[in-house]
Amino acid sequence: MTDLPILSILIAVPLLAGVIALFLSASGARWIALIATLIDLALGIAMWVTYDPAGAQWQFVESFGTGPITWALGIDGIALMLIMLSVFLMPICIGASWRSIEQRVPEYMAAFLLMEALMIGVFAAQDLLLFYIFFEGGLIPMYLIIGIWGGAERIKASYKFFLYTLAGSVLMLVAMLVMIGIAGTSSIPALMAYDFDPGLQWWLWLAFFASFAVKMPMWPVHTWLPDAHVQAPTAGSVILAGVLLKMGGYGFIRFSLPMFPEASAEFVPFVFVLSGIAVVYTSLVALAQRDMKKLIAYSSVAHMAFVTFGLFAFNRQGIEGALLVMLSHGLVSGALFLCVGVIYDRLHTRDIDRYGGLSDNMPGYALLFMLFTMASVGLPGTSGFVGEFLALVGTYRASSWAAIVASTGIILGAAYMLYLYWRIAYGTQRNADAAAMPDLNAREYWLLAPIAAAVLWMGVYPESFLRPMRADVGRLLERIERAAPPGDSHLTAGKPAAAKAEAHTTQAVAH
Amino acid sequence: MNLAAILPEVILTLGALILMMVAAFGGHRAAGVTTWVAVALLVLAAIVTLGRPQDAGPLFGGLIVADGFGAFGKVLIFLAAAVAIIAAHGWFERDFEHASEYPVLILLATVGTSVMVSATSLITLYVGLELSSLSGYVLAAYRRSDERSAEAGLKYFVLGGLASGILLYGISLLYGFTGTTGFNGIAAAFARDSTPSIGLLFGLVFTLAGMAFKISAVPFHMWTPDVYEGAPTPVTAFFASAPKVAAVLLATRICLDALGPAIDAWRQIVIFAALASIALGAIAAYGQTNIKRLLAYSSINNVGFALIGLAAGGPKGASAVLFYMAVYVVMTLGAFLCVLRMRDEAGEPVESLASLSGLSQSRPGLAAAIAIFMFSLAGIPPLLGFWPKVVVFQAAIGEGLYWLAVAGFLGSVIGAYYYIKIVKIMYFDAPAAPFAKAKAPVETALIFFAAVAVSPLGYFAIGPLGNLADKAAATLF
Repeated sequence: MTDLPILSILIAVPLLAGVIALFLSASGARWIALIATLIDLALGIAMWVTYDPAGAQWQFVESFGTGPITWALGIDGIALMLIMLSVFLMPICIGASWRSIEQRVPEYMAAFLLMEALMIGVFAAQDLLLFYIFFEGGLIPMYLIIGIWGGAERIKASYKFFLYTLAGSVLMLVAMLVMIGIAGTSSIPALMAYDFDPGLQWWLWLAFFASFAVKMPMWPVHTWLPDAHVQAPTAGSVILAGVLLKMGGYGFIRFSLPMFPEASAEFVPFVFVLSGIAVVYTSLVALAQRDMKKLIAYSSVAHMAFVTFGLFAFNRQGIEGALLVMLSHGLVSGALFLCVGVIYDRLHTRDIDRYGGLSDNMPGYALLFMLFTMASVGLPGTSGFVGEFLALVGTYRASSWAAIVASTGIILGAAYMLYLYWRIAYGTQRNADAAAMPDLNAREYWLLAPIAAAVLWMGVYPESFLRPMRADVGRLLERIERAAPPGDSHLTAGKPAAAKAEAHTTQAVAH
Repeated sequence: MNLAAILPEVILTLGALILMMVAAFGGHRAAGVTTWVAVALLVLAAIVTLGRPQDAGPLFGGLIVADGFGAFGKVLIFLAAAVAIIAAHGWFERDFEHASEYPVLILLATVGTSVMVSATSLITLYVGLELSSLSGYVLAAYRRSDERSAEAGLKYFVLGGLASGILLYGISLLYGFTGTTGFNGIAAAFARDSTPSIGLLFGLVFTLAGMAFKISAVPFHMWTPDVYEGAPTPVTAFFASAPKVAAVLLATRICLDALGPAIDAWRQIVIFAALASIALGAIAAYGQTNIKRLLAYSSINNVGFALIGLAAGGPKGASAVLFYMAVYVVMTLGAFLCVLRMRDEAGEPVESLASLSGLSQSRPGLAAAIAIFMFSLAGIPPLLGFWPKVVVFQAAIGEGLYWLAVAGFLGSVIGAYYYIKIVKIMYFDAPAAPFAKAKAPVETALIFFAAVAVSPLGYFAIGPLGNLADKAAATLF
């Protein structure tokens, strides 16, 4: 590890590039955005390589300034993987906007680069208020991205996005100020080890929940998401689904669970009920959609419910599964939005009925779309399977009823995704213009292929992704196990046939 | 006689009197001279204030004090007044004949406001307040040929007179029941009885009501939108900054100093005024189509947040109020300087929100500046306007006023709607007729400076500014 403040550089590069992009021409802005995001990707990979999974909990730590707010950065394995997700998706987003954005390109690129800097900041911040500033700051560029370059209903969607998330967050801010007042520090690592009074935890947990549940989003505060997703430009949807939604899950892992373990345990049934409703309800809603983006948006809500199931299972499988679902969903939903973007750029409609039989004229597209559909469904071999399976196992250990409800989500997920794929890629070609669409061009292959590779990698060898996070999940479990609620599944020793009678008596004694 | 301790006020008073003569005999031609001399005087006064140790103690038999709290306010006020004069220069140059008297009136109002922030006696308080108000009435009606301006002046005068009456009544009660006009004596009288007598309570309520009028806190805010809309824009910028800072600081000093022992009596009043101001400032702004009216509601809204710091009380609360007002002045002056730039092709000022449509395409720099001020006024991080809100709420939470903090923050979400609506108009809507290009390098530089100050770069200043505010607030106790 070097003394280079790599996290600050990671934040500064897109920020500077964003400012410069404002003063450039359209093509200049595109190139500088691409270069800056690729530099960040390279830096991120360098960080991943040098990160020591067996080392200290917080690595690449840097701290600057004293006083009410400090520029304190540092990451653990969980933050590392989420930063990797962000820097991996950003160049793809820039590439996806290369041709489809023609209006006000410099501002668009600047907004995206600002967004990237803020996202990295969220995952790297070690100061509570610094975290909040990054967390909330993301609203401004996203508001502009949806409002300026969005679809027909963009104004309503941008307002809804902004005000919903802001309303959730201010409660969290109050809780943060209370915590700083009581603990006397705003350092996140210190607060993660601070034991708050359980009575107070209850309120603090609720305040944080208000923010993260909106961001996540959980039913019933998910309604901003379909609007925002549908109206945002393709790259905006990718970032929303890929990274911004992960901030909610990250918040639960970083704040709610370690800082308020007792309250978290107390709220497990509440979270499970909300997640259960989300899985079933939003899957059914997705099944009825006629708009491709809306369908994927609702599927995001359902997938995020797996994350909350897994996180609040209070065991290793659940939490690791939740983390993998987050990473996998970041890749897969991003890729699905890109797939929608590809055909939207050609036909300028998101109406599913306008397409059909695309596997005939766009075989390459149909193949990749198939892969991402399967990953979303959770087919073994793709990233979706590993995470969902682990999350379900964890949930089952915590509550078998919750696991049963959650599992229906897999079936429903398969239903709506396959139905979508069938309507778009198979069947007869109903419309001449859809049938005349050319297959993916080189740029689009370059956008989708890296994600496809990552999806397969995570599906076949998830260990690469789990290794950096394992120690941190362990530390989290150590912290929360004192409050872990008892599960309703009890393992019973097997009964070998030969010693049946004996086993019977032993069991009777045990009871 | 310790005139050295009140040197800033002496400079401004003498300067104002001399400039009045210059204006009287020089007429329109003297406008340039009076403007820049007045600005120089204000900057000089600010430097003098900064350069002096602020420990002279009570002066003139306890009528006035030159302490750090007052000095903090004075520097803010002087600089804000200087900006208001500079902003007016270009404005009056085009369409007004009495431009040379304007700086004189601002100077006199500034003297009044600086007396307000350093008053430690009910009499000086009233004199300072009236001096600033009387100058303000004239300033509001400065474009007397304009119906709206004349109406604004009259409304301000009548309602201001009423408020002065209420305040005087409160002062007379306080004096009658304590036998003194000095803040220390009043505080001692409140401290003597565990439950203040009914007369004292009435005095307190009436005094606070008078103050609430001056800081335009709900329910005494009604004049604000009309006056802000009708007054010439540079005057509105002045009203929204210097007298507002002075009145808020004066209210802080009265509450924490003179009425300090009666905190339980006034805290509920302040909490009500704070929450009502936040809510009304946010909700009433919804339907507005005039940017100046909208900024008037924004100032009501912001005063509500500053009052949350006051409700917290103690050194932390006072420091939070100072910090809030310092950042507020920069944001609001920046916003008004941008409004001054709104002129149609013929050079006539326009004030409708619709005229801002698509500004980001015709004037990207101006639009970016307005967007920064709006997000900052809304308190959205990473802009600096977020931090003063954190500071006041931290003070409130430190005092255990959790529900106040929650309610205040939710109010800020409601308020965020109309701030982002302006951004929406500028960035999302189709372009309207473009504004005329203006050549005003000084104002451009001021807008740029204000925008940089409230941008994330401003966070470098929160440490030093917070220290200054802490030190200044400590002198109150």
